Amino acid sequence: MPMETKTLIGKDVPRTDGRAKATGQAIYADDIKLPGMLYGKLLRSPLPHARILSIDTRRAAAMPGVRCVITGQDIPRVTYGNWRLFPGTQDEYALAMDKVRFIGDEVAAVAAVDRETAQAAIEQIYVEYEELPGVFDVDASLATGAPVVHDTSPTNISIDRKIAYGDIEAGFAASDYVREDTFTVHAVSHAYMEPCACVAQSDLDGRITLWTSTQTPYIVQCLLASTMNMRENDIRVIKPAVGGGFGGKMELRPWEFCAAFMARKTGRPVKFTLTREEELAFGRRRHPMTIHSKVGFKNDGTLVAKDLHIYLDGGAYNAMGPTATFLSGNFGAMLYRYPSYRYLGEHVYTNKPPASAMRGFGAPQTLFAAETQMNIAAEELGIDPIQIRLKNAMVSGDELPGVATISSCGFVESLKEVRRISGWSRKRKNLKTGRGVGIGCYSFISGGVFNWFNTQYPFSAAEVRAFDDGTVHLLSMASDIGQGSDTVLKQILAETLGLKMEDIRLTAADTAMTPQADLGTWGSRVTLMAGNAVLDAANKIKERLAGAVSARYNLNVIFDIEFADGRVYAAGKPDRGMTFGEAVAFVQKTQRGEPLVARGSYTPRGKGLVSPAFSFGAQVAEVTVDTDTGQIQVEKMWTAHDCGTVLNPMAVEGQLEGSVQMGLGYALSEQFVMDGGKTLNTTFLDYKMPNAADMPPGESVCIDTFEPEGPMGAKEAGEGLASPTAPAIAEAVFHATGYRCKDLPITPEKVLKGLGKL
Amino acid sequence: MKHDISLTVNGDTYTLAVEAWRTLNEVLREDLNLTGTKLGCGSGDCGACTVIVDGKSVSSCLTLAVEMDGRRILTVEGLAPSGETLHPIQEAFIEKGAIQCGFCTPGMELSALHLLKTNPLPSDTQIRSAISGNLCRCTGYNKIVDAIAEAGRRMDPPSKTGR
Repeated sequence: MPMETKTLIGKDVPRTDGRAKATGQAIYADDIKLPGMLYGKLLRSPLPHARILSIDTRRAAAMPGVRCVITGQDIPRVTYGNWRLFPGTQDEYALAMDKVRFIGDEVAAVAAVDRETAQAAIEQIYVEYEELPGVFDVDASLATGAPVVHDTSPTNISIDRKIAYGDIEAGFAASDYVREDTFTVHAVSHAYMEPCACVAQSDLDGRITLWTSTQTPYIVQCLLASTMNMRENDIRVIKPAVGGGFGGKMELRPWEFCAAFMARKTGRPVKFTLTREEELAFGRRRHPMTIHSKVGFKNDGTLVAKDLHIYLDGGAYNAMGPTATFLSGNFGAMLYRYPSYRYLGEHVYTNKPPASAMRGFGAPQTLFAAETQMNIAAEELGIDPIQIRLKNAMVSGDELPGVATISSCGFVESLKEVRRISGWSRKRKNLKTGRGVGIGCYSFISGGVFNWFNTQYPFSAAEVRAFDDGTVHLLSMASDIGQGSDTVLKQILAETLGLKMEDIRLTAADTAMTPQADLGTWGSRVTLMAGNAVLDAANKIKERLAGAVSARYNLNVIFDIEFADGRVYAAGKPDRGMTFGEAVAFVQKTQRGEPLVARGSYTPRGKGLVSPAFSFGAQVAEVTVDTDTGQIQVEKMWTAHDCGTVLNPMAVEGQLEGSVQMGLGYALSEQFVMDGGKTLNTTFLDYKMPNAADMPPGESVCIDTFEPEGPMGAKEAGEGLASPTAPAIAEAVFHATGYRCKDLPITPEKVLKGLGKL
Repeated sequence: MKHDISLTVNGDTYTLAVEAWRTLNEVLREDLNLTGTKLGCGSGDCGACTVIVDGKSVSSCLTLAVEMDGRRILTVEGLAPSGETLHPIQEAFIEKGAIQCGFCTPGMELSALHLLKTNPLPSDTQIRSAISGNLCRCTGYNKIVDAIAEAGRRMDPPSKTGR
């Protein structure tokens, strides 16, 4: 690519909602208050598995201040789930119909004049249950004669996925070294700081407006319509400021349904706000997995074959489990060239809060296993862990047969860079016992290709309206939930049109106003997909304005038209041009007053089954382990990663540093403590995520690649980085002590047991 | 039974009748419509609800409103009262990329203010310790630490804002 001068791309542009957030003016869902608004509260199941025999709501309904009480018997019997393409996977009702399947399953809802009355009313609803035996882990769920969670899945396996290519049996036969391990990984919380909240209002004409803390307004719109027996266009979903999501806010949720349903019933707005206790005790979480992995190598470290079998502990409903099942198979085959590969992923129901999408979508689990196993193999084959990776590393142009082609790939460069900046070679040789370095790597998708939601619209769309005052209005359904995509989309648009950030007004996201559609924020899709849609619309605007300037100055057709500093002009002849606003006015005149508007879209086509582009990276951790107490101190993290063209370095760094916080918690301190189906740690005092004092210093390098499918060369940043931290720390602990962790998290207790001291 | 209280928030005095069990957080957010103060956990563990009461940072979710009678309270809305010129802490948070989802930001800024009032030029370790009661899930804290250090430099000598 020729070097172009960019004024906004690649610059530390501060996020444009920074001022509103710094001053407390940003409006989150729970900040919204409407006249006559009622407060909603959910009654949840106290049992992990039970049949509902009867529900008596009479006393609750008769309480002063209570306006509405609903149970499963009051609502349409319509199941929902994100995998609309396969209706059989849609296994949830907004309120339980006949059975509850986890502690926290929603049974009834109340709307009352204030929160205290709603809470008091909930306590006056009497449910008679017939308790059923429950299953609380994959082994119990798959045992012969195990209780069945959903009658539609008598084996408790709700979905499976197989991948196979190459001759795997011949591969293992030809291997000099075959390694087989079982890894287990645990559930952790998204722990977004903003608890889920929503406000629903029934409009004057009976249509619904819903303000909700969501990553996927379009998905909520569609699924709310189907569960309410309404038409999609009768539902308007508005995304206010959202206080983080990380995958935990990408489905229709029972409180959204109940708010809308009760708003319609009462004619008054209804708000639900979850407590942190509800979030931690009953909320979505990352899938625990049992991962059996068998890998064959040649003596020189060359990979020959891999056989991967994963059980995902899905909890009581599918949620985003099918996608995690699907993607885990792909992540298992990423990073390295596996001449033969076989995957079986099975998603298993248990009587626990459903697991779902969480930053990495199967990658943190699968790559913990894959990267740890790679480190074990390196150790046993006597090869340096980075060297064995370099030997097998994917490069640009590699193919996953029938699944994906790797376009840009900076993995080799990432490995070499992280080796250099961490002082790896010296440290691997010279560190004393109790101190160690380890490596973990990742590859991740830049948005998904597989249309499981069965959208009838483009994957992402953008509308750009240009005005003769030199401003533009960008409308997009893309959802900034904190990651900064609003700012990046504005950067792309401003750069393309030669405008300033402040020239752009943005509406995102409001399903009644912003163009259909956008599948939302997940799978690191926004920069690539919404970015491409914005670019498409911007280029159409550009073409029209270029035509106007060309006509006005009677330019030779071979002239390029430039857009810079708010002006549109013939390349090399700045005097032959006009301001952006004048050019817009000119176009508007030519169309007799009709405004200058363009629509752009992006849908990945011909990009296999997984993703149009893949990011890569490598991370090194240095740790000190106290072999008397088992305490692990992470001294420093080094990262080298390839996210294509870096559109906003400050934002990318923020993603990286946030990923390290989450990865550190996943590796060392965060876990749900369960007793049967009950989550025992339901406060941040007991659920330990790293605070500022826990964070190690870090150093990072972005590997410069250009992704042809990405807007201006960009691809994913931030989600993939949730994966390498845990395996890097685990390997560093092994290097420091000889203890090899194959079951996260790495607690002091496990270290001491591993060292024979406990 | 309701109790009459009079409290000063961001320089404005309010007289209210509150139930004994209501928290300062509820009164700020629901009665006074000062929704800049957030509620992240309700148990004093996350710091999103931090406000300054008579010069000290407190968790507004654990503070009863009746105890606020006669107290002076500063919330995020009072950091830059004019609404035009931002407080140096706010400026630094924006410029240094210390804000992502923004939900921890108001509490984080007020913890920072509390620190910088007593220790205008804190070390990295002192900043991390001072905000260790404020959880953030987005940023990994580094840019917040940078922003607080930068704000300290800009505020030295300490500004009068925030009382």
